[in-house]
Amino acid sequence: MDKKMIVSSSPHVRSIESVQSVMTDVLIALFPVALMAVLLFGYQALITMVISVVTAMLVEALWLRKKDIFNDGSAAVTGLLFAMVLPPSPPWWLVVVGAAASIIIGKQVFGGIGYNIFNPALVGRAIVLVSWGGYLAGNVWSPPQPFAFGADVSAVTGATALAGQGEALSYSLTQLFIGTVPGCLGETSALALLVGGAWLYYKGHIDWRIPLGYLGTVFVMGVIFGGGFYDNHLMTGLFHVLAGGVMLGALFMATDMVTTPVTPVGRLIFGIGCGLITMLIRIWGALPEGVTYAILLMNAVTPIIDNFTVPKQFGGVKKNA
Amino acid sequence: MGSTVFKGGIHPDYHKELTATMAVTAMKAPEKVVIPLQQHIGAPCEPLESIEVGTEVKIGQKIAQSSGFVSAPIHASVSGKITAIGPYNHPLGRPVEAITIESDGEEKWDDSIKPAGNPDNLTAEKIREIVREAGIVGLGGATFPAHVKLSPPPEKKIDIVVINGAECEPYLTADHRVMLENPEEIVFGLKMMIKALGAEKGVIGVEDNKPDALKVLEQEVAGEDNITVASLHTKYPQGAEKMLIQVTTGRIVPAGGLPLDVGVVNHNVGTAVAITNAVREGKPLVERVLTVTGSGINRPQNLMVRVGTLVSDVLEHCGGLKEETVKLIIGGPMMGLAQPSPDIPVIKGTSGILALTGEDVYLAESSPCIRCAKCVDHCPVQLLPTSIALASEHEMFKKAEKLHAMDCFECGCCAFVCPSKIPLVQWIRIAKAEIAKANKK
Repeated sequence: MDKKMIVSSSPHVRSIESVQSVMTDVLIALFPVALMAVLLFGYQALITMVISVVTAMLVEALWLRKKDIFNDGSAAVTGLLFAMVLPPSPPWWLVVVGAAASIIIGKQVFGGIGYNIFNPALVGRAIVLVSWGGYLAGNVWSPPQPFAFGADVSAVTGATALAGQGEALSYSLTQLFIGTVPGCLGETSALALLVGGAWLYYKGHIDWRIPLGYLGTVFVMGVIFGGGFYDNHLMTGLFHVLAGGVMLGALFMATDMVTTPVTPVGRLIFGIGCGLITMLIRIWGALPEGVTYAILLMNAVTPIIDNFTVPKQFGGVKKNA
Repeated sequence: MGSTVFKGGIHPDYHKELTATMAVTAMKAPEKVVIPLQQHIGAPCEPLESIEVGTEVKIGQKIAQSSGFVSAPIHASVSGKITAIGPYNHPLGRPVEAITIESDGEEKWDDSIKPAGNPDNLTAEKIREIVREAGIVGLGGATFPAHVKLSPPPEKKIDIVVINGAECEPYLTADHRVMLENPEEIVFGLKMMIKALGAEKGVIGVEDNKPDALKVLEQEVAGEDNITVASLHTKYPQGAEKMLIQVTTGRIVPAGGLPLDVGVVNHNVGTAVAITNAVREGKPLVERVLTVTGSGINRPQNLMVRVGTLVSDVLEHCGGLKEETVKLIIGGPMMGLAQPSPDIPVIKGTSGILALTGEDVYLAESSPCIRCAKCVDHCPVQLLPTSIALASEHEMFKKAEKLHAMDCFECGCCAFVCPSKIPLVQWIRIAKAEIAKANKK
């Protein structure tokens, strides 16, 4: 009876969820996407993903001087997401440099997990994109070779569906949905991304506001400003949702917890903002695709969004913050 | 009826099966009780002039009171001799003046304990007086003097009395047992409250994880035309005042306001029974039902315990603590207070004694916030716990106030769901204390 008890602030019980379990759930959600990438792009996709994940984990472990290279799992998530925004078979050194940059410049220089302002994987992509654009833009995209694991997909290359109207019309919406189109490893299959996104939603790790705000805005702008080249205006809207990196961005990048708003209204604004910027770039900008920059720009204004969207408390009166 | 479910909240493991089916048994009066003079929110009591070391007292005899209105007198809970008056450990942390009585084992009630007459003839004023003199406070744990809630200012018209039978805290089953064993007293107590307030109707809210209690109470109110029983969705913190009022009446208590601002007064089921005992038998509040439970208790059970009984005596009665116990908590696991030692008395607001072993207590270090916003999504009052905690950590208390820190009632949902295991409630509590201090100046 004389033993002193632990005295601490309530609550005294906690959910079993941890940062590691959340990150593990994200990895599980990315599994169908990664599987699809291997099915479509073969062994080269697998090698790219392995190099990226291992580099990210090693660099983070070295930076933090930790022996447990999996640690909280966040570096593995960053590494895998970085691989998802690469072509199927980029040079190995580009994957290493990009994954290392994601961890160091995207995350650790800000103070590590929780403190980074920009989505680390997209920081890595932006860096390799401006440094070695020749590997990531233009006619570098390999058409998928489904179920041909050993094939060298890089033998043939071309443009993505977003390069122009001619390229767009050469793919059906069904192909865009299943993913049998050229593009980054993780972006081509809307189907696989939706399965992964559904898992994250079921586990309570993502909110509907960001993905629906993002996809909804892209769809509406595609309908109105897309030019209706794809059968009709509605189909053109759908084309913009399914083509390129919007699905991957909306479900996995714009939902990154650390770099997006915490307020419910803020999340909706964030999603809509991503959609607007993506479509501005796609339709009026010089680049064929704008997901990376759209999300990075919105990351930058996240603190401002949070400040202006403090929710009304229970029983509170609405007033401007 | 408005929304039947409040926003936010959590579904913790309830562990109520440990004691839910165990009838309340009375613990034998202890040899010694230590009765603190502060057992309620409001002015502390002073010992009566006739009370000093050596005085002989009987059960139910008033031993301390305060001249303040927001206060509740205190009564002897055993018959015997006063052996000490002085500071003693208290569940709220700081030692508080207390009267120690050594029992003579005769269990004699004071002569003043007698019924006030036919309850039907009691006026509202008389009911309030009986409740005040009986020292009744909110038995759900808040310990607000019950008579104050029955005396609203004249400009506030009260039409609904809500009785709280939600018992949303995990582990606790005391209210559940009271509802099963004393339904008639609950309904009678509710009628007395309705009368004292001039209200029109009463609602008894019970979470739907207690179907047996719902059934018993529904049978009890079958003949009443102005009393209903509401089956509530099981979700923590369903028993919190504002959430309970929202789902039972559809009314939203304004931020910073009180239930009486929307014409509602609410009381716990145990408080209703205490009021019944006071009206019918003249009995003051000298004992209460509490749940002794948790993985660290050898024989979990629901007990009727005298106010002032030492927690160490209660634990001994329940077979003692297991060796692996790491935390001793007064109240439930979500909002209860951790205690360094069991050398503290049971007070009027003690709804449970919980002992947890290491397996049930999450003792991990906290890591940086990953801004997952789970705390935001689960906050029942729609705050941004992570932002308030961050402001508090950086001593930006003005900012914390702007983020409505004062509306937090410390239910603990945010800290419960936090994957980074940040002690959010602790940070918010610090902010609240600093904001209150700054506003007092």
